[in-house]
Amino acid sequence: MGREDVKVVSFWASLFGRRVEWALKLKGIQYEYIEEDISNKSSLLLNLNPVHKKVPVLLHHQKPIIESCLILEYIDETWMHNPLLPPQPHQKALARFWSKFADETMVDAAWMAMCFSGNEKESALKVGRESMQRIEDEIRGKKFFGGDDIGYLDIALGWISYWLPVWEQVGSFQILDPLKFPAIIAWITNFLNHPVITDSLPPRNELLLYYQRIRSQLSST
Amino acid sequence: MSKGKEEVKLLGVWASPFVMRARIALNIKSVGYEFIQENLGSKSELLLQSNPVHKKVPVLIHDHKPVSESLIIVEYVDQVWSSSPSMLPSHPYDRAIARFWASYLDDKWYPTLKGIGGAKGEEERKVLIQQVEEGLALLEEAYKKISKGKPFFGGDRIGYLDIAFGSFLGWIKVTETVFGTALIEEVKTPGLAKWAEKFCEDVAVKPVMPETKKLVEFFYFLRAKFAGSA
Repeated sequence: MGREDVKVVSFWASLFGRRVEWALKLKGIQYEYIEEDISNKSSLLLNLNPVHKKVPVLLHHQKPIIESCLILEYIDETWMHNPLLPPQPHQKALARFWSKFADETMVDAAWMAMCFSGNEKESALKVGRESMQRIEDEIRGKKFFGGDDIGYLDIALGWISYWLPVWEQVGSFQILDPLKFPAIIAWITNFLNHPVITDSLPPRNELLLYYQRIRSQLSST
Repeated sequence: MSKGKEEVKLLGVWASPFVMRARIALNIKSVGYEFIQENLGSKSELLLQSNPVHKKVPVLIHDHKPVSESLIIVEYVDQVWSSSPSMLPSHPYDRAIARFWASYLDDKWYPTLKGIGGAKGEEERKVLIQQVEEGLALLEEAYKKISKGKPFFGGDRIGYLDIAFGSFLGWIKVTETVFGTALIEEVKTPGLAKWAEKFCEDVAVKPVMPETKKLVEFFYFLRAKFAGSA
């Protein structure tokens, strides 16, 4: 395959952007990374994603693709070796279902548990824990959601392995109870030890500082 | 895939645009199915078992295996009954665009449209209507780019994005009727106005598009029902 024109516009701390990089690396696709300062958005980003003005954006032959999970699907359909999504229709539907569930329910709940306190925190924790139980039920008995190797759903849920523990530390809460969710904890170890993932994570200390700053900014407004 | 008597059931309700998407998809592929009308005030065991996470319709049950979420169902139907016509575009980039707009509709645009009905006061309603109109302007532009002069987002025939967007036409008409506003019309959204007419006439759509009159009655019924709860 010749040199393809692939660029990723993202922000170093973004869990959504990381998904795209993991997928490209799993497929062995070379890309140029363009860092975006999301606190001061560039005209590049505003042109590429005028509707949402968000990262990540994948640029392939200068055409933009947005929304991290849609980018994963695009990557899988464009470079068809090492498939990320299961080929069987029902399995594929399930993978899509769980990633949508996690993005709509779990990310928000964990974020709110980090940022808020009192009743709002408690409600968020309740939702977070109930959702995590569903994911525990899905991973039990499997090494990865994708089977023997990392797939679409592992990538989509990868934030649980690294961002969530950081948020727990910043927000002083715990969703990832090893007694309640042993299968998820085992999956986290497997996921973080995967050669592609282990070399493609933001520095933990910097991530911690970044979210601590965000949390203190929010609580002072 | 063997085409013996396959068991296909769809759990749904007549007024839901999301359920409509699944029905249109099955119609396009000429798949026979049993439609099971749910009473959302008293959900069936089958629904609660088939979609324990959200307990929502539509749920497609194919050979006893459930698939939930309307857009996921449309993609599933397209993949399983893979003979033409195809609902998803063939090129990955076009698919990404279609999926992007469908997700925009579900995540941003439709909640705003729904919000109009529950708005507290004229000011809030005006703001929401304006946001809906801004969204429609974006969609008008998208329609021009994506359809490339053909009648539908999907080209000559209705496809994924037509289904995703067109399923909201009934509720758009309800909003126009109840609140006396023109959302899709020839001056502001000329492309979409023509598209909407053609969409509603499509053979896969017509049998499952509820009458606006019935939807309006249903809207008033719901409003009265929830008037007590703030």
